[in-house]
Amino acid sequence: MALTKEQIAQRIAQELQDGFYVNLGIGIPTLVANYIPEGISVVLQSENGLLGMGPFPYEGEEDADLINAGKQTITTLPGSVFFDSATSFGMIRAGKVDLTVLGAMEVADNGDIANWKIPGKMVKGMGGAMDLVAAAKNIIVAMQHTNRAGESKLLPQCTLPLTGVNCITKVVTDLGVFEINDDGFRCVEYAPGVTIEEIKAKTAGRLVIADDVKEVAI
Amino acid sequence: MNKVVANAEEAVKDIESGMTLMLGGFGLCGIPENCIAAIVKKGVNKLTCISNNAGVDDFGIGLMLQQKQVKKMISSYVGENAEFERQLLSGELEVELIPQGTLATRAMATGYGMPAVWLLAGVGTEVAEGKEVRNFNGKEYLLEEAFDSDFAIVKAWKGDRMGNLIYKDTARNFNPMMAMAGKITIAEVEELVEPGELDPNFIHTPGIYVHRIFQGANYEKRIEQRTVRQRN
Repeated sequence: MALTKEQIAQRIAQELQDGFYVNLGIGIPTLVANYIPEGISVVLQSENGLLGMGPFPYEGEEDADLINAGKQTITTLPGSVFFDSATSFGMIRAGKVDLTVLGAMEVADNGDIANWKIPGKMVKGMGGAMDLVAAAKNIIVAMQHTNRAGESKLLPQCTLPLTGVNCITKVVTDLGVFEINDDGFRCVEYAPGVTIEEIKAKTAGRLVIADDVKEVAI
Repeated sequence: MNKVVANAEEAVKDIESGMTLMLGGFGLCGIPENCIAAIVKKGVNKLTCISNNAGVDDFGIGLMLQQKQVKKMISSYVGENAEFERQLLSGELEVELIPQGTLATRAMATGYGMPAVWLLAGVGTEVAEGKEVRNFNGKEYLLEEAFDSDFAIVKAWKGDRMGNLIYKDTARNFNPMMAMAGKITIAEVEELVEPGELDPNFIHTPGIYVHRIFQGANYEKRIEQRTVRQRN
Protein backbone atom coordinates (compact mmCIF):
# COMPACT_ATOMS: atom_id res chain seq x y z
CA MET A 1 0.00 0.00 0.00
CA ALA A 2 1.34 3.36 -1.00
CA LEU A 3 1.48 5.98 1.75
CA THR A 4 -1.52 8.23 2.29
CA LYS A 5 -1.01 12.00 2.51
CA GLU A 6 -1.23 11.71 6.29
CA GLN A 7 1.41 8.97 6.29
CA ILE A 8 3.72 11.06 4.11
CA ALA A 9 3.34 13.85 6.68
CA GLN A 10 3.89 11.37 9.52
CA ARG A 11 7.12 10.13 7.93
CA ILE A 12 8.41 13.68 7.42
CA ALA A 13 7.61 14.48 11.06
CA GLN A 14 10.28 11.91 11.99
CA GLU A 15 12.85 14.35 10.57
CA LEU A 16 11.98 16.96 13.20
CA GLN A 17 14.48 17.60 15.94
CA ASP A 18 14.01 19.31 19.26
CA GLY A 19 14.47 23.06 18.93
CA PHE A 20 13.91 23.19 15.16
CA TYR A 21 12.35 26.24 13.53
CA VAL A 22 10.23 24.82 10.70
CA ASN A 23 8.38 26.31 7.74
CA LEU A 24 5.60 24.12 6.39
CA GLY A 25 4.14 24.81 2.95
CA ILE A 26 0.54 24.43 1.84
CA GLY A 27 -0.99 20.96 1.32
CA ILE A 28 0.66 17.78 2.66
CA PRO A 29 3.40 19.81 4.42
CA THR A 30 0.78 21.50 6.63
CA LEU A 31 -0.24 18.05 7.92
CA VAL A 32 3.25 17.51 9.37
CA ALA A 33 2.22 19.75 12.28
CA ASN A 34 -0.24 17.03 13.37
CA TYR A 35 2.53 14.45 13.90
CA ILE A 36 5.24 16.24 15.86
CA PRO A 37 6.82 13.45 17.94
CA GLU A 38 6.26 13.51 21.67
CA GLY A 39 9.01 15.11 23.69
CA ILE A 40 10.09 17.26 20.75
CA SER A 41 9.44 20.95 20.70
CA VAL A 42 9.53 22.79 17.38
CA VAL A 43 8.51 26.33 16.43
CA LEU A 44 6.48 26.73 13.24
CA GLN A 45 7.27 29.75 11.08
CA SER A 46 4.54 31.20 8.92
CA GLU A 47 6.09 33.49 6.33
CA ASN A 48 3.33 36.08 6.54
CA GLY A 49 4.84 37.06 9.86
CA LEU A 50 4.56 34.63 12.75
CA LEU A 51 6.84 32.36 14.75
CA GLY A 52 5.00 29.95 17.00
CA MET A 53 1.97 29.06 14.95
CA GLY A 54 -0.66 27.23 16.99
CA PRO A 55 -3.58 25.01 15.99
CA PHE A 56 -6.75 26.16 14.24
CA PRO A 57 -9.04 28.19 16.53
CA TYR A 58 -12.18 26.79 18.10
CA GLU A 59 -15.32 27.67 16.22
CA GLY A 60 -16.38 31.22 17.05
CA GLU A 61 -12.84 32.25 18.00
CA GLU A 62 -11.55 32.88 14.46
CA ASP A 63 -9.77 36.21 14.02
CA ALA A 64 -9.38 37.72 10.54
CA ASP A 65 -6.14 39.37 11.68
CA LEU A 66 -4.55 36.05 12.58
CA ILE A 67 -3.90 33.78 9.60
CA ASN A 68 -1.12 31.58 8.22
CA ALA A 69 0.53 31.76 4.81
CA GLY A 70 -2.27 29.58 3.42
CA LYS A 71 -4.72 32.28 4.57
CA GLN A 72 -6.22 29.87 7.12
CA THR A 73 -7.32 31.14 10.51
CA ILE A 74 -4.89 29.99 13.21
CA THR A 75 -3.89 30.71 16.81
CA THR A 76 -0.73 31.69 18.64
CA LEU A 77 1.09 29.81 21.42
CA PRO A 78 2.95 31.04 24.49
CA GLY A 79 6.17 32.55 23.13
CA SER A 80 4.74 33.42 19.73
CA VAL A 81 5.96 36.54 17.95
CA PHE A 82 4.63 38.60 15.05
CA PHE A 83 6.82 40.48 12.58
CA ASP A 84 6.64 42.10 9.17
CA SER A 85 7.25 40.41 5.81
CA ALA A 86 10.78 41.80 5.38
CA THR A 87 11.82 40.42 8.77
CA SER A 88 10.14 37.13 7.94
CA PHE A 89 12.09 36.67 4.74
CA GLY A 90 15.17 38.10 6.42
CA MET A 91 15.24 35.19 8.86
CA ILE A 92 14.56 32.75 6.01
CA ARG A 93 17.27 34.25 3.83
CA ALA A 94 19.78 34.28 6.68
CA GLY A 95 19.32 30.53 7.09
CA LYS A 96 17.70 30.67 10.52
CA VAL A 97 14.92 28.25 9.55
CA ASP A 98 16.14 24.69 10.21
CA LEU A 99 13.72 22.78 8.00
CA THR A 100 11.45 23.69 5.12
CA VAL A 101 8.82 21.28 3.83
CA LEU A 102 7.01 22.09 0.62
CA GLY A 103 5.08 20.52 -2.21
CA ALA A 104 6.21 20.28 -5.82
CA MET A 105 4.98 19.58 -9.32
CA GLU A 106 8.38 18.24 -10.39
CA VAL A 107 11.73 17.48 -8.78
CA ALA A 108 14.86 16.72 -10.81
CA ASP A 109 17.60 14.28 -9.85
CA ASN A 110 20.03 17.20 -9.37
CA GLY A 111 17.78 18.82 -6.76
CA ASP A 112 15.98 21.31 -9.03
CA ILE A 113 12.34 21.97 -8.17
CA ALA A 114 9.37 23.33 -10.14
CA ASN A 115 6.18 24.21 -8.31
CA TRP A 116 4.86 27.63 -9.30
CA LYS A 117 3.79 27.84 -12.90
CA ILE A 118 2.36 25.83 -15.78
CA PRO A 119 2.83 28.04 -18.85
CA GLY A 120 -0.48 28.88 -20.51
CA LYS A 121 -2.46 27.09 -17.79
CA MET A 122 -1.72 28.16 -14.27
CA VAL A 123 -0.43 31.57 -13.28
CA LYS A 124 -0.83 31.80 -9.55
CA GLY A 125 2.69 32.86 -8.70
CA MET A 126 5.56 31.62 -6.55
CA GLY A 127 4.60 33.27 -3.28
CA GLY A 128 7.45 32.63 -0.87
CA ALA A 129 8.61 29.36 -2.42
CA MET A 130 11.54 30.83 -4.37
CA ASP A 131 12.86 32.64 -1.31
CA LEU A 132 12.54 29.50 0.81
CA VAL A 133 14.24 27.10 -1.60
CA ALA A 134 17.02 29.56 -2.39
CA ALA A 135 17.98 30.02 1.23
CA ALA A 136 17.06 26.97 3.29
CA LYS A 137 19.76 24.39 4.00
CA ASN A 138 17.39 21.53 4.65
CA ILE A 139 14.45 21.23 2.27
CA ILE A 140 12.14 18.23 2.06
CA VAL A 141 9.60 17.90 -0.72
CA ALA A 142 6.32 16.16 0.10
CA MET A 143 4.39 15.06 -2.97
CA GLN A 144 2.78 12.23 -4.88
CA HIS A 145 5.29 10.17 -6.87
CA THR A 146 3.33 10.53 -10.12
CA ASN A 147 0.97 13.14 -11.55
CA ARG A 148 -2.69 12.61 -12.40
CA ALA A 149 -1.70 11.20 -15.79
CA GLY A 150 0.46 8.62 -13.99
CA GLU A 151 3.73 10.20 -15.13
CA SER A 152 6.74 10.38 -12.85
CA LYS A 153 7.31 13.66 -10.98
CA LEU A 154 10.89 12.58 -10.17
CA LEU A 155 12.63 13.55 -13.39
CA PRO A 156 16.05 13.74 -15.07
CA GLN A 157 15.28 17.45 -15.42
CA CYS A 158 12.27 19.63 -14.74
CA THR A 159 10.08 20.48 -17.73
CA LEU A 160 8.21 23.31 -15.97
CA PRO A 161 9.67 26.74 -15.06
CA LEU A 162 12.02 26.30 -12.11
CA THR A 163 11.42 27.52 -8.58
CA GLY A 164 14.99 26.81 -7.51
CA VAL A 165 18.13 24.98 -8.63
CA ASN A 166 20.13 22.28 -6.83
CA CYS A 167 18.29 22.87 -3.60
CA ILE A 168 16.19 19.84 -2.67
CA THR A 169 17.86 17.30 -0.39
CA LYS A 170 15.06 14.84 0.25
CA VAL A 171 11.74 13.79 -1.30
CA VAL A 172 9.04 11.84 0.50
CA THR A 173 6.36 10.45 -1.80
CA ASP A 174 3.56 7.92 -1.50
CA LEU A 175 6.06 5.31 -2.69
CA GLY A 176 9.04 6.00 -0.45
CA VAL A 177 11.82 8.24 0.80
CA PHE A 178 14.48 9.53 -1.58
CA GLU A 179 17.66 11.44 -0.81
CA ILE A 180 19.18 13.52 -3.58
CA ASN A 181 22.94 13.42 -4.12
CA ASP A 182 25.38 13.39 -7.04
CA ASP A 183 24.06 10.01 -8.20
CA GLY A 184 20.48 11.26 -8.40
CA PHE A 185 17.59 9.94 -6.31
CA ARG A 186 18.70 7.46 -3.69
CA CYS A 187 15.82 5.34 -2.48
CA VAL A 188 16.41 4.74 1.22
CA GLU A 189 12.91 3.62 2.20
CA TYR A 190 9.94 2.10 0.36
CA ALA A 191 6.30 2.25 1.39
CA PRO A 192 4.82 -0.93 2.85
CA GLY A 193 3.71 -3.22 0.02
CA VAL A 194 5.43 -1.15 -2.67
CA THR A 195 8.05 -3.03 -4.66
CA ILE A 196 11.40 -1.74 -5.79
CA GLU A 197 10.29 -2.64 -9.32
CA GLU A 198 7.32 -0.28 -9.02
CA ILE A 199 9.58 2.51 -7.73
CA LYS A 200 11.98 1.93 -10.61
CA ALA A 201 9.13 1.95 -13.13
CA LYS A 202 7.69 5.20 -11.77
CA THR A 203 10.94 7.13 -11.35
CA ALA A 204 12.10 8.82 -14.55
CA GLY A 205 15.19 10.45 -13.06
CA ARG A 206 18.41 8.63 -12.16
CA LEU A 207 17.65 6.23 -9.34
CA VAL A 208 19.93 4.33 -6.98
CA ILE A 209 18.52 1.85 -4.48
CA ALA A 210 20.38 2.07 -1.18
CA ASP A 211 22.04 -1.19 -0.07
CA ASP A 212 20.31 -0.89 3.26
CA VAL A 213 16.94 0.17 1.84
CA LYS A 214 14.14 -0.59 4.28
CA GLU A 215 10.42 -0.28 4.68
CA VAL A 216 9.04 3.07 5.85
CA ALA A 217 8.28 2.77 9.56
CA ILE A 218 5.32 4.80 10.76
CA MET B 1 1.47 68.61 13.44
CA ASN B 2 -1.75 67.08 12.24
CA LYS B 3 -1.80 64.51 9.46
CA VAL B 4 -5.42 63.62 9.94
CA VAL B 5 -7.74 63.72 6.95
CA ALA B 6 -11.50 63.33 7.23
CA ASN B 7 -11.96 60.07 5.38
CA ALA B 8 -10.78 57.78 2.58
CA GLU B 9 -12.18 60.03 -0.17
CA GLU B 10 -10.07 62.95 1.06
CA ALA B 11 -7.02 60.72 1.56
CA VAL B 12 -7.03 59.49 -2.07
CA LYS B 13 -8.21 62.75 -3.65
CA ASP B 14 -5.05 63.34 -5.69
CA ILE B 15 -4.50 59.77 -6.86
CA GLU B 16 -4.66 59.97 -10.64
CA SER B 17 -4.98 57.53 -13.50
CA GLY B 18 -1.66 55.98 -14.52
CA MET B 19 -0.10 56.24 -11.08
CA THR B 20 1.75 53.49 -9.20
CA LEU B 21 0.36 52.42 -5.83
CA MET B 22 1.87 50.18 -3.18
CA LEU B 23 -0.68 48.44 -0.98
CA GLY B 24 -0.24 46.59 2.29
CA GLY B 25 -1.89 43.31 3.20
CA PHE B 26 -1.43 39.56 2.82
CA GLY B 27 -4.38 37.92 1.12
CA LEU B 28 -7.32 39.84 2.58
CA CYS B 29 -5.58 40.25 5.94
CA GLY B 30 -4.58 43.81 6.79
CA ILE B 31 -5.72 45.37 3.51
CA PRO B 32 -6.74 49.06 3.36
CA GLU B 33 -10.43 48.37 2.78
CA ASN B 34 -11.61 51.97 3.01
CA CYS B 35 -9.05 53.37 0.57
CA ILE B 36 -9.67 50.59 -1.94
CA ALA B 37 -13.39 51.40 -1.83
CA ALA B 38 -12.61 55.09 -2.33
CA ILE B 39 -10.35 54.37 -5.31
CA VAL B 40 -13.08 52.21 -6.85
CA LYS B 41 -15.57 55.06 -6.33
CA LYS B 42 -13.15 57.62 -7.76
CA GLY B 43 -12.86 55.56 -10.94
CA VAL B 44 -9.20 56.24 -11.78
CA ASN B 45 -7.64 53.66 -14.06
CA LYS B 46 -4.42 52.46 -15.70
CA LEU B 47 -3.01 51.95 -12.21
CA THR B 48 0.05 49.88 -11.43
CA CYS B 49 -0.43 48.11 -8.11
CA ILE B 50 2.41 46.67 -6.08
CA SER B 51 0.82 44.29 -3.60
CA ASN B 52 1.62 40.76 -2.47
CA ASN B 53 -1.79 39.53 -3.65
CA ALA B 54 -4.58 40.78 -5.90
CA GLY B 55 -7.55 40.16 -3.63
CA VAL B 56 -10.40 37.82 -4.49
CA ASP B 57 -13.08 38.34 -7.13
CA ASP B 58 -15.33 40.52 -4.99
CA PHE B 59 -13.04 41.96 -2.34
CA GLY B 60 -9.74 43.78 -1.92
CA ILE B 61 -7.89 44.70 -5.11
CA GLY B 62 -10.32 42.34 -6.87
CA LEU B 63 -12.84 45.21 -6.69
CA MET B 64 -10.44 47.44 -8.64
CA LEU B 65 -9.86 44.66 -11.17
CA GLN B 66 -13.60 44.27 -11.70
CA GLN B 67 -13.79 47.96 -12.68
CA LYS B 68 -10.76 47.49 -14.99
CA GLN B 69 -8.80 50.10 -13.05
CA VAL B 70 -5.56 48.12 -12.95
CA LYS B 71 -3.12 48.09 -15.86
CA LYS B 72 -0.39 46.13 -14.12
CA MET B 73 -0.02 44.05 -10.96
CA ILE B 74 3.31 43.39 -9.30
CA SER B 75 2.69 40.54 -6.86
CA SER B 76 4.05 37.24 -5.57
CA TYR B 77 0.81 35.24 -5.56
CA VAL B 78 -2.39 35.96 -7.48
CA GLY B 79 -4.45 32.77 -7.13
CA GLU B 80 -8.01 32.76 -5.83
CA ASN B 81 -9.13 35.38 -8.34
CA ALA B 82 -10.94 34.24 -11.50
CA GLU B 83 -11.39 37.75 -12.94
CA PHE B 84 -7.68 38.35 -12.53
CA GLU B 85 -6.88 35.16 -14.42
CA ARG B 86 -9.36 36.05 -17.18
CA GLN B 87 -7.87 39.54 -17.68
CA LEU B 88 -4.36 38.13 -17.62
CA LEU B 89 -5.00 35.36 -20.16
CA SER B 90 -6.87 37.79 -22.45
CA GLY B 91 -3.98 40.24 -22.34
CA GLU B 92 -5.95 43.09 -20.69
CA LEU B 93 -3.78 42.98 -17.60
CA GLU B 94 -0.01 42.90 -17.23
CA VAL B 95 1.45 40.98 -14.34
CA GLU B 96 4.93 40.79 -12.93
CA LEU B 97 5.32 37.90 -10.49
CA ILE B 98 8.22 38.20 -8.09
CA PRO B 99 9.26 36.17 -5.05
CA GLN B 100 7.51 37.24 -1.85
CA GLY B 101 10.70 37.97 0.07
CA THR B 102 12.05 39.94 -2.88
CA LEU B 103 8.84 41.99 -2.93
CA ALA B 104 9.13 42.74 0.79
CA THR B 105 12.82 43.54 0.61
CA ARG B 106 12.56 45.79 -2.46
CA ALA B 107 9.91 47.79 -0.60
CA MET B 108 12.12 47.86 2.49
CA ALA B 109 15.04 49.09 0.39
CA THR B 110 12.93 52.04 -0.77
CA GLY B 111 12.11 52.96 2.82
CA TYR B 112 15.74 52.60 3.85
CA GLY B 113 16.95 54.82 1.01
CA MET B 114 18.82 52.02 -0.76
CA PRO B 115 18.60 51.92 -4.58
CA ALA B 116 18.99 48.15 -4.84
CA VAL B 117 19.79 44.98 -2.94
CA TRP B 118 21.47 41.66 -3.81
CA LEU B 119 19.05 38.79 -3.29
CA LEU B 120 19.32 35.03 -3.68
CA ALA B 121 15.72 34.16 -4.58
CA GLY B 122 15.14 33.21 -8.20
CA VAL B 123 18.76 32.59 -9.25
CA GLY B 124 18.68 30.13 -12.16
CA THR B 125 14.96 30.69 -12.80
CA GLU B 126 13.06 32.95 -15.19
CA VAL B 127 12.93 35.56 -12.41
CA ALA B 128 16.65 36.11 -13.04
CA GLU B 129 16.21 36.97 -16.72
CA GLY B 130 17.74 40.34 -17.57
CA LYS B 131 19.03 40.93 -14.04
CA GLU B 132 22.60 41.62 -13.05
CA VAL B 133 24.17 38.63 -11.29
CA ARG B 134 27.08 38.84 -8.90
CA ASN B 135 28.98 36.24 -6.94
CA PHE B 136 29.52 36.81 -3.22
CA ASN B 137 31.43 34.13 -1.26
CA GLY B 138 30.75 31.49 -3.91
CA LYS B 139 27.05 32.13 -4.27
CA GLU B 140 25.20 34.00 -6.98
CA TYR B 141 22.82 36.85 -6.22
CA LEU B 142 20.45 38.99 -8.30
CA LEU B 143 20.47 42.77 -8.23
CA GLU B 144 16.93 43.78 -7.26
CA GLU B 145 15.97 47.44 -7.40
CA ALA B 146 13.98 49.40 -4.86
CA PHE B 147 10.41 50.25 -5.85
CA ASP B 148 9.37 53.65 -7.11
CA SER B 149 5.74 54.56 -6.52
CA ASP B 150 3.44 57.57 -6.20
CA PHE B 151 1.41 56.48 -3.18
CA ALA B 152 1.60 53.81 -0.51
CA ILE B 153 -1.64 52.80 1.16
CA VAL B 154 -1.60 50.80 4.36
CA LYS B 155 -3.90 49.65 7.11
CA ALA B 156 -2.95 49.65 10.79
CA TRP B 157 -4.72 48.77 14.03
CA LYS B 158 -3.93 51.97 15.93
CA GLY B 159 -2.41 55.22 14.87
CA ASP B 160 -2.01 58.73 16.25
CA ARG B 161 -2.33 62.16 14.67
CA MET B 162 1.41 62.22 14.04
CA GLY B 163 1.17 59.11 11.89
CA ASN B 164 2.75 56.61 14.30
CA LEU B 165 1.31 53.17 13.61
CA ILE B 166 0.79 49.87 15.40
CA TYR B 167 -0.42 46.78 13.56
CA LYS B 168 -2.26 43.79 14.97
CA ASP B 169 -1.17 40.17 14.71
CA THR B 170 -0.44 38.92 11.17
CA ALA B 171 -2.26 41.95 9.72
CA ARG B 172 1.16 43.60 10.00
CA ASN B 173 2.65 41.62 7.06
CA PHE B 174 3.60 43.98 4.21
CA ASN B 175 2.09 47.12 5.74
CA PRO B 176 5.26 48.46 7.43
CA MET B 177 7.30 47.92 4.24
CA MET B 178 4.77 49.65 2.03
CA ALA B 179 4.31 52.48 4.54
CA MET B 180 8.04 53.19 4.46
CA ALA B 181 8.19 53.11 0.67
CA GLY B 182 5.56 55.67 -0.33
CA LYS B 183 6.39 59.13 -1.64
CA ILE B 184 3.03 59.89 -0.08
CA THR B 185 1.85 57.34 2.45
CA ILE B 186 -1.79 57.04 3.46
CA ALA B 187 -2.64 55.07 6.59
CA GLU B 188 -6.12 54.01 7.54
CA VAL B 189 -6.50 52.80 11.11
CA GLU B 190 -9.16 51.09 13.17
CA GLU B 191 -8.53 53.42 16.06
CA LEU B 192 -7.15 56.96 15.79
CA VAL B 193 -5.71 58.32 19.04
CA GLU B 194 -3.96 61.43 20.34
CA PRO B 195 -0.15 61.69 20.42
CA GLY B 196 1.08 60.20 23.69
CA GLU B 197 -1.53 57.49 23.86
CA LEU B 198 0.64 54.96 22.04
CA ASP B 199 3.65 53.65 23.98
CA PRO B 200 6.71 54.80 21.98
CA ASN B 201 8.34 51.43 22.75
CA PHE B 202 5.73 49.56 20.79
CA ILE B 203 5.23 51.62 17.66
CA HIS B 204 5.92 49.65 14.47
CA THR B 205 5.95 52.42 11.85
CA PRO B 206 7.43 55.78 12.89
CA GLY B 207 5.15 58.65 11.86
CA ILE B 208 7.85 60.26 9.71
CA TYR B 209 6.89 57.76 6.98
CA VAL B 210 3.19 58.59 7.12
CA HIS B 211 1.65 61.66 5.47
CA ARG B 212 -2.10 61.17 5.85
CA ILE B 213 -4.05 59.22 8.43
CA PHE B 214 -7.72 58.64 9.14
CA GLN B 215 -9.91 56.34 11.15
CA GLY B 216 -11.55 53.85 8.81
CA ALA B 217 -15.13 52.70 9.12
CA ASN B 218 -17.15 49.52 8.64
CA TYR B 219 -14.27 47.09 8.43
CA GLU B 220 -15.46 43.84 6.95
CA LYS B 221 -12.19 41.95 7.60
CA ARG B 222 -13.17 39.06 5.43
CA ILE B 223 -11.64 35.65 6.15
CA GLU B 224 -10.40 33.74 3.10
CA GLN B 225 -10.02 30.28 4.62
CA ARG B 226 -12.07 29.86 7.76
CA THR B 227 -10.50 26.86 9.48
CA VAL B 228 -11.53 25.71 12.94
CA ARG B 229 -11.13 22.70 15.22
CA GLN B 230 -13.84 21.00 17.19
CA ARG B 231 -14.04 21.29 20.95
CA ASN B 232 -13.58 17.92 22.61
